[in-house]
Amino acid sequence: MRQLDFMGKRRIAFAVSVLLAVVAIGALAFKGLNLGLDFTGGTLVEVRYEQAPALDDLRSQLGDQGFEDAQVQTFGTSNDILVRLQQTFDNDVGQRVVGILDSEANPVDLVRAEFVGAQVGDQLRDQSGMGMLLALAVVMVYVAFRFQYKFALGALISLGHDVVIILGIFALFGLDFDLTVLAAILAVIGYSLNDTIIVYDRIRENIRKSQIDDMAQIFNESINQTLARTMATSGTTLLVLLALFFLGGDMIHNFSIALILGVVAGTFSSVYVAAALLLAIKLQRQDLIPSKKENDEEEELP
Amino acid sequence: MLNRYPLWKYLLILIVLLVGVIYALPNLYPADPAVQISSTASGTALDQERLDRLTQALEDEGIDVKQSELDGNSALIRLDEADQQIAARDILDDQLGDAYTVALNLADATPDWLAGLSATPMKLGLDLQGGVHFLLQVDMDAAVQQRLEANASAVRDILRDERIRYRDTEIGDRTITFQFASEEDRNAARDLIADQFPDFDYENEDGSSGAALTMTFTEQAVQALQDYAVNQNLTTIRNRVNELGVSEPLVQRQGPSRIVVELPGVQDTAAAKRIVGATANLEFRLEARPDTPDREVETLNFRNDENRSAELMRDVIVTGDHVSSASRSFDQNNRPQVNINLDGTGGSMMSRATRSNIGRNMAVVFIEHKTRTHTVMEDGEEVEKREAYTERGIISLATIQSALSNRFRITGLDSSSEAADLALLLRSGSLAAPIYFAQERTIGPSLGAQNINQGILSVELGLLLVVLFMLARYKAFGVVANIALGLNLVLLVAAMSMLGATLTLPGIAGIVLTLGMAVDANVLIFERIREEIRAKMPAQQAIHAGFERAFTSIVDANITTLLVAVILFSIGTGPVKGFAVTLSLGILTSMFTAILVSRALINLTIGGRPLKKIWI
Repeated sequence: MRQLDFMGKRRIAFAVSVLLAVVAIGALAFKGLNLGLDFTGGTLVEVRYEQAPALDDLRSQLGDQGFEDAQVQTFGTSNDILVRLQQTFDNDVGQRVVGILDSEANPVDLVRAEFVGAQVGDQLRDQSGMGMLLALAVVMVYVAFRFQYKFALGALISLGHDVVIILGIFALFGLDFDLTVLAAILAVIGYSLNDTIIVYDRIRENIRKSQIDDMAQIFNESINQTLARTMATSGTTLLVLLALFFLGGDMIHNFSIALILGVVAGTFSSVYVAAALLLAIKLQRQDLIPSKKENDEEEELP
Repeated sequence: MLNRYPLWKYLLILIVLLVGVIYALPNLYPADPAVQISSTASGTALDQERLDRLTQALEDEGIDVKQSELDGNSALIRLDEADQQIAARDILDDQLGDAYTVALNLADATPDWLAGLSATPMKLGLDLQGGVHFLLQVDMDAAVQQRLEANASAVRDILRDERIRYRDTEIGDRTITFQFASEEDRNAARDLIADQFPDFDYENEDGSSGAALTMTFTEQAVQALQDYAVNQNLTTIRNRVNELGVSEPLVQRQGPSRIVVELPGVQDTAAAKRIVGATANLEFRLEARPDTPDREVETLNFRNDENRSAELMRDVIVTGDHVSSASRSFDQNNRPQVNINLDGTGGSMMSRATRSNIGRNMAVVFIEHKTRTHTVMEDGEEVEKREAYTERGIISLATIQSALSNRFRITGLDSSSEAADLALLLRSGSLAAPIYFAQERTIGPSLGAQNINQGILSVELGLLLVVLFMLARYKAFGVVANIALGLNLVLLVAAMSMLGATLTLPGIAGIVLTLGMAVDANVLIFERIREEIRAKMPAQQAIHAGFERAFTSIVDANITTLLVAVILFSIGTGPVKGFAVTLSLGILTSMFTAILVSRALINLTIGGRPLKKIWI
């Protein structure tokens, strides 16, 4: 089987990763995430018209009734209209919006209405951030325990890389970041870690087995050996995610986008970021075989 | 011999799979939309003839009845179409009147032999069947205020009984301050009340204008009040939701001061909110005499006539909390009234107060605790401020003709529906603390149906794509992996049904994702086998080595994903929790099917036989 020289190209890959990360962080810093209702609080009403209405008319209708800041957009088809209100006037605002939009000529059906208090949103935002950090921390401890701390560091940076890139793309294109997207990101952490650990597992096995000391070569072999598996698993996962993206409906559209981005970034990062980082932080055979090291020291004793 | 399992291992796998199939089966029988009729009054049992007439009435209106069954005092009518449920309820409500409650229901359609094994289908989340989700916040500041007011009034009673003169009371955030004319009065008062109100810290304050006593509500007391208030509210809301007649409602505490209410199938949020969130209560008070000191008098308006008002005593005879039952009826002029029964304490309080006050007027006061939300600018940011206020209005003012017992009726209500609402609220008990809506989601039934269809479609397509991929890549072994994948889906559904997990849209997404990732273990094993074969290992050894060596990778990879899923479960709410549950169950079942089941299949078919070449 042909061996691909992954480690030889690692500088190019690093450059790509760093570039992506910088763009992502830039987008996050300057544009910011377009946080969904779950996190900001506010009101959202989705209605279905019999005939497609003119959006400008709806905006002026709402504006006349005191909802000047209403965002009106189509959702899925042109008959489905989504109205967002940043502030929460009172609890019945959903019903009132439907009342304003409904007319004899073009009746509306309420598809869904959501109202989230600002306090709940704030709390959820803090909780989610904590959850994500906790997930990363727990995973790092597990990897350090099962492998070695240098592996944990590599895994952590590679997961951070994936998360930052997904968040960055969501910020860059102004995609709605809601609770389901957060769930998707946590799933990506699990998935990408899965990938990384399979590669690490093989690296550990090969370091213990082989006699050569050229880490880059061992890494290359390991990645090549696991490449078929990586591609097969990413392939099946991407297939089902595409099914979800095209057929799953509007409510989990962004969820599937986040997962698709995550699978692609996760596959790339477990090969390049996670493995190549081990080279950068100078993983050595002794790191994995501590007992041998102790024996060496004993022999030096007089 | 290589690649042979002992018999017990095959049997064990077989049993697990069998149990899985049995508990997954009920999901093939979706629940029927139904209406449940039960009689509220005694002696009005339903009979078969009546039920037949009711179903006939439904058929006449074009509603398809699937089946109707009579069970003692209640009856269940199953319908064909879910969207005719509400229409059917309205028709039956008209026909039956007040003596019966008609509730929407989802009737189990699981065959008896499965139900006998307590196998039940998965519950569908709100996003799949439509309905309302409320997150209620218990307003603790207002609860503390109410408790302070009640205590202040009780202290005033004691001071008056003991003839200790006080000048003024003032209620702060957590404090009550009494002003006395002299230090002696203050000290006497302190000695008197300190033992009776242990929830407070006491402090003397001496100013220029006399002596004051400040009572501060202790931290423990606030905690205890919070627990009490939330639990009491839970009970009350549960009672109310049960009266609404919703099938499978959920009322649950979330965190220290929040309550989640989920009402599947409910579309009329306004009515649901009016009942769930209502903080209405009643107070019975005497009208003030002309010589009553000003500080004991409160002037209130009538509810149905803003211009009319009356001067009432501040002290309350009895509140609605002492109502043991309440029902709506009509007087001889067909005006709505509410019949009230008081409990033992309430009854004796009422008779004591009325016996000595015959000839005076007594008022029934309607109280509603409300909150106003308004946004203010604070440090350049919009902040929501909540302000609690209480609306009091007199419903009726009537002369006490004779001593009242524990049974009487209230008239003077605006409409018959108001009487019904008031009776319901009095029956279900009042809220111990005001609540407000922190979050609300309404999902229309069309969106629910659409979500289910799209979800199922994407599961099917995803499954098909993965099956084709595995066949193309691993040929005969692909068949094994696909059988394992199918069984994995069965086990996952069975596990979710057994745990009573709720299926949500993100849950379906979790299933789809699990399907994609479930083959990972098989892929790892098969790739390893291929590798060993390339390294010229004999076929049977290669299979053995493939399973053996891939094992640690599979376990390590899955445990980390499981850890993340557990964290997701603990921080997530509602739909996200559903996703975490399916993800973690999927990891466990996929490890079982990919490692044990696929190994068993391979062992059973080609294990132990001399093989030259395997088709992988």
